[in-house]
Amino acid sequence: MKLALCLSFSAALYSQTLDPALLTKPLANDWPTYNGDYSGQRYSRLTQINQTNVKNLTLAWTTRITGGMGSAAPGGRPGFGGPPTIVGGEGSAELAASFGGNTNIRASILMVDGRLYFSTPDNAWAVDARDGRVLWHYFWKTKGGTHIGNRGLGMWGKWLYMETPDDYLVCLDALTGKERWHKPIADYNQQYFSTMAPIVVGNHILIGTGNDLDAPGYVQARDPETGDVQWTTYTVPMKKGDPGVESWGSLEGARVGAGNVWIPGAYDPETKLYIFGTGNPSPSYTNPKSRDGDNLYTCSLVALNVDTGKMAWYYQLNPHDTHDWDSSETPILVNGEFQGKPRKMALHADRNGYFYVVDRLTGEHLLTSKFSDTVNWVKQINAKGQTMRDPLKDSSVPGALVSPNNYGATNWPPAAFSPGTGLFYVPQSDTYAMYYLTETDPRGAMGLGGKDEQQVASMGSYLTAIDYKTGKIAWRHRYPGVGGGFGGGNGILATASKLVFAGDISGNLVSYDAANGKILWHSRIGQVSNAPQTYMVDGHQYLLVAAGDQLFSFYLQ
Amino acid sequence: MPSLPRALALLAALLPLYAQPPVSPPKPPAFRRPPAFPERPPADPASLERGKAVYGVHCTFCHGVDARGGSGGPNLIRTSLVLNDRNGELIGPVIREGREGMPKFDLTPTQISDIAAFIHNFKVGGYDISRNPPPSIVTGNAAAGQAYFAKTCAGCHASLNGIASRITDPKQLQQTWLMPGSGGGRGGGTSRVSPTTVTVATTSAKVTGRLLRIDDFFVSLVDAEGTPVTFTRSGDVPKVELHDPLIGHRKLLSTYSDTDIHNLTAYLVTLK
Repeated sequence: MKLALCLSFSAALYSQTLDPALLTKPLANDWPTYNGDYSGQRYSRLTQINQTNVKNLTLAWTTRITGGMGSAAPGGRPGFGGPPTIVGGEGSAELAASFGGNTNIRASILMVDGRLYFSTPDNAWAVDARDGRVLWHYFWKTKGGTHIGNRGLGMWGKWLYMETPDDYLVCLDALTGKERWHKPIADYNQQYFSTMAPIVVGNHILIGTGNDLDAPGYVQARDPETGDVQWTTYTVPMKKGDPGVESWGSLEGARVGAGNVWIPGAYDPETKLYIFGTGNPSPSYTNPKSRDGDNLYTCSLVALNVDTGKMAWYYQLNPHDTHDWDSSETPILVNGEFQGKPRKMALHADRNGYFYVVDRLTGEHLLTSKFSDTVNWVKQINAKGQTMRDPLKDSSVPGALVSPNNYGATNWPPAAFSPGTGLFYVPQSDTYAMYYLTETDPRGAMGLGGKDEQQVASMGSYLTAIDYKTGKIAWRHRYPGVGGGFGGGNGILATASKLVFAGDISGNLVSYDAANGKILWHSRIGQVSNAPQTYMVDGHQYLLVAAGDQLFSFYLQ
Repeated sequence: MPSLPRALALLAALLPLYAQPPVSPPKPPAFRRPPAFPERPPADPASLERGKAVYGVHCTFCHGVDARGGSGGPNLIRTSLVLNDRNGELIGPVIREGREGMPKFDLTPTQISDIAAFIHNFKVGGYDISRNPPPSIVTGNAAAGQAYFAKTCAGCHASLNGIASRITDPKQLQQTWLMPGSGGGRGGGTSRVSPTTVTVATTSAKVTGRLLRIDDFFVSLVDAEGTPVTFTRSGDVPKVELHDPLIGHRKLLSTYSDTDIHNLTAYLVTLK
């Protein structure tokens, strides 16, 4: 009896722990990191749900969550059968008590050993992956910061890591949701706000931060036990002699040049390179002398050695951006054939409407192609494959008609890649906007100021499949309607059964044939707010997606 | 399954003897959006006045009258030092000791906290308000715009006389002619856009009406009698045809040069 108790106790402990080796394996039963695995492909090897039986998918469970103080509020009552809310944070009780509404799950959800872990700004939850029962809820009392979204949690052993809008890294016990520690990660006074899902590599917790003023972006590695800084790498030159400083009008300009780090990157275990996309230069829409030049390393793919933070290579996609098109979207790492030779590549579809392929060992450019038909801001593609802007399409006093709008031809919603079809899947939105310059001071504006962007038209939203070898569109599904909203779907999942799952723009979760875009199944659940995911528990493959404040999980009964 | 409150109410109704006296639930506080960045308390007006004068004497030349940078000195209000300063405790040492390219200033602690108050009084945010807005967006050539209108627009629009009286703001006018209905926002009640209609042809009937919604699975419209009708879609069945009243405008978007746009606006603002 004693022995049995002992065994079950250790089994219970084990079940809350993430085996680090899992992170280096291709995505299968669990979903232990932002993109499922390090490659960024969002390609699951699970095949229980296939092209034949996908039409039989049925709801396994749904759960609605509520952010804020919940039962911990003065006079608050514990929910029916719900767990108490654990409260942390350094903000005022008054502000915390007014938190509410607008709970919108835009995070990727971790699934480790039968438990789901996810977040919204200031909130984290653990939920049973089998039936959606909430196991714990953690609420962070904020000081402030832009509460636009939170991309999810990172996990190391039995610990979870969350970034907050007021710039803390919070470490939680995955079993109980209790806080272990919190450490500042950026200067809230400089208007940073932190949204990235931490990425765990070995004993490094990789984090990023950004802001809408002009403060410089950076990536940091933190110690998983203590939260202490292991290394910091800025995305812009910060002192005299730093590489890239010649690509700015002045050092001062570079130091307030942004290059924010919003979205997790991918990781290549073979080369130990962490590869991510950087945000746009600042001021975003105006051209003061201090910003003359290409503005390295903004709007770039950057590869850092994960142990030292040293830059191994960079490739700037969009020199001297003037439309606030962050190149944050996760590069997807693919091994495959390119022009008859085996290559190790990074694939990236940018807000600016172009698709790029680079060699991920060296940063050598391989391909640039346009995936949005309406894009009109490029003057030329240079010898290095970089998209060089037409300065006439910068914001101007009488207005410049530019495609795409500021949201971009795509945005944070994750793309996916299927090694089975060789296709790269991306949510696409073709739009026009007028960009009016409203600040004529030659010193420019600060941050996102100095312009008035007015929407003109949406020409269509799509789920688009790109052949990475040619950059050509293999197939494209246009969502019906005369326009198509200003922004496409919210992310994509591909599976080894040649299935693609994505939310459309009308509230449907839809399954497609990965080879040709044929619709195989759908369910209208309300506006899908994150990228679908899949996991396996107790012999069932589940399909998981969020719609606002609700999670939906489907399976085959 | 009934929700907890409903179950409790039911219980209370059944067992009045055991029911608790009614307790009015605590009123939830009004929702307050967290501040996007730290907010400073308002400055003492006297300190602000003095600070403006001291700043004017010692700082304006290099850092600009608005502290956004001037002859040689950087923009002060977005520097990390100033953003982290409360009332001169970080700014003071820099003023007193100088730094590379900046001389020392022998100022009193009060003068320094007054300067700090003056600098902190400027609003610093990511959505920076334009302080030198251009007086007008109309820069084009009206005659060239008239010629462009005759060539490109007159096929559908014989005349747009009076449009500049209906839409008096040139920017709104420009947005409206680019895409009617999009010139939106303030005072946008001038749009004369017809609704999108749809024709659905089943094997037995053909129905046309105002489009309510469409996705890959359903299409809904209001028919001639004003009745909403929904059809299930399966691929190309039934046949669905959308009639976009703005198709002409949509098709033109990829053909305009910005000069065409500015000229056409310059012409249209004359059509009072």
